[in-house]
Amino acid sequence: MTIEHTDAASPMVPIPKIQAPWRRFASEFFESWIARVALFTLLTIILLALAAPWITPQNPYDLAQVSVMDGRLPPGEESFDGYTMWLGSDGAGRDLYSAILYGLRISLAVGVASGGIALVIGSLIGLFAAYIGGRVETFIMRLVDLQLSFPAALTALILVAILGKGIDKIIIALVLVQWAYYARTVRGSALVERRKEYIEAATCLGLSHGRIVMRHIMPNCLAPLIVVGTVQTAHAIALEATLSFLGVGLPQTEPSLGVLIANGYEYMLSGRYWISVFPGLALLFTIVSINLVGDRLRDVLNPRLSK
Amino acid sequence: MTLTVSNLHTHFFTRAGVVKAVDGVDFQIAPGEILGLVGESGSGKSITGFSIMGLIDDPGRIVSGSIRLKGEELVGASEDAMRTVRGNRIAMIFQDPMMTLNPVLRVDTQMVEAIRAHEKISKRDALARCRDALGMVGIPAPEERLRAYPHQLSGGMRQRVAIAIAFLNEPDLIIADEPTTALDVTIQSQIIHEAQSLCKRTGTALVWITHDLAVVAGIADRIAVMYAGRIVETGDIDAVIDTALHPYTVGLLGSVPTSNRRGERLTQIPGMPPNVMNLPKGCAFGERCPRRSSECDAEPLITEPRPAQAVRCFHPHGQGGKL
Repeated sequence: MTIEHTDAASPMVPIPKIQAPWRRFASEFFESWIARVALFTLLTIILLALAAPWITPQNPYDLAQVSVMDGRLPPGEESFDGYTMWLGSDGAGRDLYSAILYGLRISLAVGVASGGIALVIGSLIGLFAAYIGGRVETFIMRLVDLQLSFPAALTALILVAILGKGIDKIIIALVLVQWAYYARTVRGSALVERRKEYIEAATCLGLSHGRIVMRHIMPNCLAPLIVVGTVQTAHAIALEATLSFLGVGLPQTEPSLGVLIANGYEYMLSGRYWISVFPGLALLFTIVSINLVGDRLRDVLNPRLSK
Repeated sequence: MTLTVSNLHTHFFTRAGVVKAVDGVDFQIAPGEILGLVGESGSGKSITGFSIMGLIDDPGRIVSGSIRLKGEELVGASEDAMRTVRGNRIAMIFQDPMMTLNPVLRVDTQMVEAIRAHEKISKRDALARCRDALGMVGIPAPEERLRAYPHQLSGGMRQRVAIAIAFLNEPDLIIADEPTTALDVTIQSQIIHEAQSLCKRTGTALVWITHDLAVVAGIADRIAVMYAGRIVETGDIDAVIDTALHPYTVGLLGSVPTSNRRGERLTQIPGMPPNVMNLPKGCAFGERCPRRSSECDAEPLITEPRPAQAVRCFHPHGQGGKL
């Protein structure tokens, strides 16, 4: 039996010039007009929040600038200091437009910080569990199940009650609530990746465990992680607002959107709708736009859903 | 000898019972030599390869036997010691080139990290070596391919990359587990040719695991035929192909279509491979063997009826006759 040897490789076609991955991703992302609108809204909200000190007439945290004389002014009234309160003012005399932008800063910061920290911690735990396997994995995943079987708001409420008030405490509480989602997501995809042959090949190259986990398994789990990350950030913002609304979140002196809504609640029935409704709308637009962006990311990043 | 495997037993302790996947395997392989390890699915050939790499996962375990790489015992070596062996002194090539490269890392990243896992070397020097390695396996424009992602390469190209990675650290031994099974025939022969000439040039020993006798005939110096966890026949490739002694080898050869027997029915080995959880007494091939006698209820020992050819059978074919 003979086998003929063709010399070396036949002339090969050059590597097809394909679009850079992020460009293909971007063009696919923007195919949906809903995604375009949502991303535009989200970016506008972020920009407004970042620029708040320069585009608002009043710093609602500076008690010297807030006057009780301006309390409960309806939208469009002029303030004591002579500027127009387009969205009205709340019971303490804060200009709602200013308060909402400053509140957005807090809400977004809390959401992004807790989402980010929970993402890092949760995915490390999930990767670790999937890679180690055995009893360690079972233990960690039962812990995750236990955590997820409680309503998130309830767990957060208990944690804040224990930890006390303040931004840092809220963030810690939200991280403790949310790590489990990331751990579960990452562990699921890591289990799939771990069984694939390229991980076995990497083991056969004599690479260290740390390298295999961080360089080979982790990047292949990123797609679901990004999606869960966006959705959970929106969730964190909503949770923070809930806690603040219930009065266990942020203090009155640093009002987040939740505190503003809570402040207006008592005036709702007396017709002063604006104190609650405008911060509520700001919260609504923020969360909905983040969720829509997250949905679109899921569609684009999930190969099974692509056409 | 580069590698000496003696009396290797690898068993899997499952709930349903003990699976004796490898049950007493002996072979040796010299520098630059290519050994074809042949057998059907479940005969234990891949498990033999993984045993050598020290990558038997639970519930499996090497029960007894020894694997010596240039005199150094690998059975029972610590995990850290094995990691310095893997990829450095023993490399592995897998079956499916679509699956063995990480889809999210570029070829250069994966190659450089294979070198730097075992050697303190600058990135630039490592890259130069990668480029040379790609050139050696016949990849045109290696500079350009280094910057490619795996999905931009064809299957044959990816298998070449995998082979280049295996040869990167100039290992003593390469274990290739069905490396051409997933490729089409023209690419197969190119890859075989490439691997063969690289082994001869670098003195790397190669264990080529396959179920394809035609491939083995094209590449190997020696052949070992496995059945139910044991080697039933071994010898120089020409001797075994021309005058097979074991009825199983004869059966295997008879079932390969060749061009000089047109229009005839291919012979087929009757029956199924035995359940390795519950091997029959005596010769494992006994139930399917046309030459079986009452003697075969005892376990046959390995004998050497002809020079450079050994067989585990009471009734070997005298002249390597037909079934």
